Amino acid sequence: MNESTSLGFRVINPGMLTLIQDLGRFGCHSIGLTIGGPLDSSAFKWANKLCANADNTSCLEITFGGLELEVQLDTTFCVTGAKLPLTINGQTKPQWQSLSVYKGDIVKLGFVSEGMHAYLAVAGGFNIKPTFNSVSTVVREGVGGFDGGKILQGQVLPYTTSNTAHHNKLNKPPTYDTAVSLRVILGYQHEAFSQVQKGIFFSGKYSVSQSCDRMGYRLNGPKTKPSIDGILSEGICLGAIQVPADGQPIVLMNDRQTIGGYPKIGSVLSIDLAKLAQCGPGATVTFEEISIEQAHNILHIEMALIELNPVEPIELLLN
Amino acid sequence: MKIELAGENSLIIYFGDSASPEVSAQVQQASMLLQDALADVLIDVVPSYASLLVIYDAFLTDNFHVQATIKRTLSNNSTADVTTGKVVTLPVYYSSESGADLERLAELANLSVDEVIEIHQKTEYRVYAIGFAPGFAYLGEVDARIAAPRLTTPRLKVPRGAVAIADKQTAVYPAESPGGWNIIGSCPVRMFDLMATPTMPVVVGDTVKFKAITRDEFIALGGKL
Repeated sequence: MNESTSLGFRVINPGMLTLIQDLGRFGCHSIGLTIGGPLDSSAFKWANKLCANADNTSCLEITFGGLELEVQLDTTFCVTGAKLPLTINGQTKPQWQSLSVYKGDIVKLGFVSEGMHAYLAVAGGFNIKPTFNSVSTVVREGVGGFDGGKILQGQVLPYTTSNTAHHNKLNKPPTYDTAVSLRVILGYQHEAFSQVQKGIFFSGKYSVSQSCDRMGYRLNGPKTKPSIDGILSEGICLGAIQVPADGQPIVLMNDRQTIGGYPKIGSVLSIDLAKLAQCGPGATVTFEEISIEQAHNILHIEMALIELNPVEPIELLLN
Repeated sequence: MKIELAGENSLIIYFGDSASPEVSAQVQQASMLLQDALADVLIDVVPSYASLLVIYDAFLTDNFHVQATIKRTLSNNSTADVTTGKVVTLPVYYSSESGADLERLAELANLSVDEVIEIHQKTEYRVYAIGFAPGFAYLGEVDARIAAPRLTTPRLKVPRGAVAIADKQTAVYPAESPGGWNIIGSCPVRMFDLMATPTMPVVVGDTVKFKAITRDEFIALGGKL
C-alpha cells in the first residue's frame, strides 16, 4: 500500500466505544442485516458539511469521549455532537468548526459533559472497504468498519491527505437536553392500546434505563398494556416503540433487529431519535402524538434547515 | 389485506393472522411486485410470516402515494402460487455430541432419538422469515410430535451451525450467539457468509429439506465439534 492509503490517525486511546459510521446500510433487511449508521444523524451530517464532505462520508462516532489520536498525515477535521473538551497538542480548540492538523499532532477528546455521542469527520473521509455498500459498523453483526469491530488501540484509521485551505464553522450549534419530548406516529398495533392505555403512555414521564445502546433504549415509567400479548414476528422500522409484557416501552434504534414479535404502539420521528440518543440513563422522556402529515412536514423542514443553513467560512488564523 | 402505518417512512401490509404456506406465498409475491412498482422510492422491504414492511424515501414520496400504489398493485393478486422458491437440502449431523438437547427432546416427546431424527427430516420446511441475526432463517412448520418450548434459561452460547427447534419452528444458527432453542444437531453449511455469493443459501419463500449425515461426512464437509 502507498502512503496515502495506509496512514491516517493512529489510535493512542480508542475511548469506551468509537465506531466507523456512514449514513447506514440499506436494502439488506431481507438477509437480516440492520441499518447501523449514526445515532445522531444531524450532528453526523454537520461534521461532514463542515469538512466540505458529501453527506454519506464516513466519520467516527465517539460514545462518552476519551479518544486520543496521533496525526500521521496533514488534514482538516472537525468534531460535532456531544460537548467535550477538544485539544490539539494540549491547546483547547472549538467543536463545530473545521481545524487543520499536521503530521505529529496529537488530537485529544475528553469525556462528554452534554450529550452522549460526538462525531469526528476528516476531509475526504476514511479509506475503508464497504460491506454491502456501507462502512457502518454493527458490532452485534460483525459487519462494517474494521472487521466489524469497534476502534482499537494501535489501529490506524487511514485517510487521504487533504490540502483544504477553507475552514468552516457553525454559529449556533445545538445543545443537548436531559429531558426530551419525542414525537410519535401511531401505527402497527396501536389499536390494541385502548384510549386509557394511550392516555397513560402520552401523559406519562419515562426515564432512560441503564439498558440503552445502539440497538434500543429501554425506558422506565408508567406501565401501558396492549390487549394482546404478542404477535407473529414482523418487520420493525427505525424508531418503533415495542411494549413487552412488563409494560415498559423500548424505542428501537439504528442497530435494531429486523423482525420481532412484541406489540408496537407506533414509531418515534427519526429526528427525535437523535435527541434520545444524546440522552444517557436517568434522562426524562415524554411522548407526543403527531399525524403522518405533520411528520412529513417536519422532515422536509428539517432537511431544508440543514440544506439552507450556511456554514460560515473563516480564515485560518487558528491552527 | 390490511395496510397500517408503521413509521414516518414505512407502512406494513398484513396478509393474514397466522402463518401458512399460502399467506407466506402472498407475502413473497407482494414483495416482488412492490419492489418493481415502487422501485424509484423504495428503501427496503422486510417480509415476515404474514406481513410485509415497506420502507420508502419520505423525501421523494409520501404515505398516500405509497398506499395507493400498494392497493393498485396488489388488488388483482389475492392468491399466489405456493411453490415459489427453490428447494435447498441441508445436511445435518444429528447426535448427542452435536445436539445437546436431542435426548431430552426425545424424552419430552416420548419418542426414541431415531424417531425424532426421522420426523425432523420428513417435513419440507418453508423459509417464513429471515431476521433476529444476519442469515437466521425461520423454518416452519415442525411436526407437532417434536415441537418443543424454548429453554427456560437461554444458553449464552449456541454454536454456529446448530440445528434447533423452538415451538413449531426450526432453524440453523448462522453464527455463534445466545439462544434458547433446543439443539438437535449441527449443519456444516454456512447460513451466512459475507464473502460468499449469494450471502445466504436460502431466501424467504424457499423450501428447506434436512438430510442426515454421518460424523465422518460432517467433518469432511467442514463441520466442527
